[in-house]
Amino acid sequence: MPAKVRIPAPLRKLTNDQAVVEVTGQTIQDLLASLEKQYPGLKERICDESGQIRRFVNIFVNGEDIRFKQGPATPVSEGAEVSIIPAIAGGTK
Amino acid sequence: MAVKKIKGLKCKECGQLYEAKALHVCEFCFGPLEVDYNYDLIQSSVSRKSIQAGPISLWRYWDLLPVESHDVITLEEGYTPLLRARNLGKLLGLNNLYIKNDSTNPTFSFKDRVVSVALTRARELGFDTVACASTGNLAGAVSAYGAVANLKRFVFIPADLEEGKVIGAGVYNPHIIAIEGTYDEVNRLCAEVADAFKWAFVNVNIRPYYAEGSKTLGFEVAEQLGWRAPDQVIVPAASGSLLTKIHKGLQEFQDLGLIDRHTTKLNCAQAAGCGPIATAINEHTDLIRPVRPKTIAKSLAIGNPADGVYAAQLVMKTGGQGVSVSDEEIVEGIKLLASTEGVFTETAGGVTVASLKRLVQNGKIAPDDVTVVYVTGNGLKTLDAVQGKVSRPHVIAARLQDFRSLYEQLLNNVPAHSTI
Repeated sequence: MPAKVRIPAPLRKLTNDQAVVEVTGQTIQDLLASLEKQYPGLKERICDESGQIRRFVNIFVNGEDIRFKQGPATPVSEGAEVSIIPAIAGGTK
Repeated sequence: MAVKKIKGLKCKECGQLYEAKALHVCEFCFGPLEVDYNYDLIQSSVSRKSIQAGPISLWRYWDLLPVESHDVITLEEGYTPLLRARNLGKLLGLNNLYIKNDSTNPTFSFKDRVVSVALTRARELGFDTVACASTGNLAGAVSAYGAVANLKRFVFIPADLEEGKVIGAGVYNPHIIAIEGTYDEVNRLCAEVADAFKWAFVNVNIRPYYAEGSKTLGFEVAEQLGWRAPDQVIVPAASGSLLTKIHKGLQEFQDLGLIDRHTTKLNCAQAAGCGPIATAINEHTDLIRPVRPKTIAKSLAIGNPADGVYAAQLVMKTGGQGVSVSDEEIVEGIKLLASTEGVFTETAGGVTVASLKRLVQNGKIAPDDVTVVYVTGNGLKTLDAVQGKVSRPHVIAARLQDFRSLYEQLLNNVPAHSTI
């Protein structure tokens, strides 16, 4: 079963206005790669040139911040809920 | 058209450029935006002499603040006393200790600095309504300055705020909205309100301009020390913004040739019940782990600090320390400062004084270091914190004989100030 990924408002232009998309991946890293395949351009918004997740982007797996788990190597279980949330709220305009 | 000193806004993370509007987050990478100045223009107009000829307020640094108009919204904030703390210094074995007493500002906290700048800029950008998410001090400042500028005012606070701060804002007659939740929850709501209502939220969409007001706490200390940077500063941290801006102020003075190269150590003072930045520093990381605040230092009770990363990095880079102190130490800090230097500070100042004490005990401050402790708010704002913990009146009848016998008693007791 694929994971459900919540897309923040400023990135929905890239997902045809979908707030939640379904993608598969064993880890966050895999999941980001599949996201990029399905919605080109998404990854560069979430990761910097060296592939690191940007400092002001928070990713939660089932409510837990991956920074305090295994970072990009954090496993994504079947049907997990993944949220991508800008650290500084607001500014969607 | 005249050349402007504000070139625009720039993302602190990825460098993306934006127009100088009411924006605070980079659309591309979600990093915070900062004001991008035309330093060539500033360099050509600013000097020690030009500053000294300016007003006795933070507007003497107009050239380095993010507004274009000279018609500023002011209550003559800033240029507050830098006190030579001889008694406290002697007690702690420090020969060059100073207190930057920002509790003497118009609404009794350093927030008047950021609000004076933010509201001036908000008016320039055409807003007629100003708002803020506040732990109390900011609410008072926005309410007062907004009144002077005839702006509509909405201030959002956590519902459990000290009564002194609620009244201290309410007296200026703003709309006060108390949220059942922590400051971090207030802040999240305000981000949504800012988007929906198109108001000038000083610490949300006006933040890039607002935060620049804190630089003046770096400028002033350098000027007041005779155009030199201190060796050590002890700065209370909530969002971490103040600490980064004091550093930026010293850096700009250095880059403009107004002071020599500085090697100021930045020390970050937090309460143990809400010390995410100090914790990160002590773990030698800039990963800030958010906390749920539990401390009497409510003005510092931000569990998810917006500038925490940058503050932690600067403290580590400059060789400073992160300190977190208990509620008991905070109260002792308040009493110590008042009984040695005559300055009655709110809990945040208790945090910095207690942190100073700790740094001295741990050998982190040398006796001759020029050390500046920032006191950012007035003690009358947080009377609850010291209620029942300070000297009480001796009640007697109106008879000389009664006073004589009380006096005899007092003589036999140890004087209060030697108990520290």
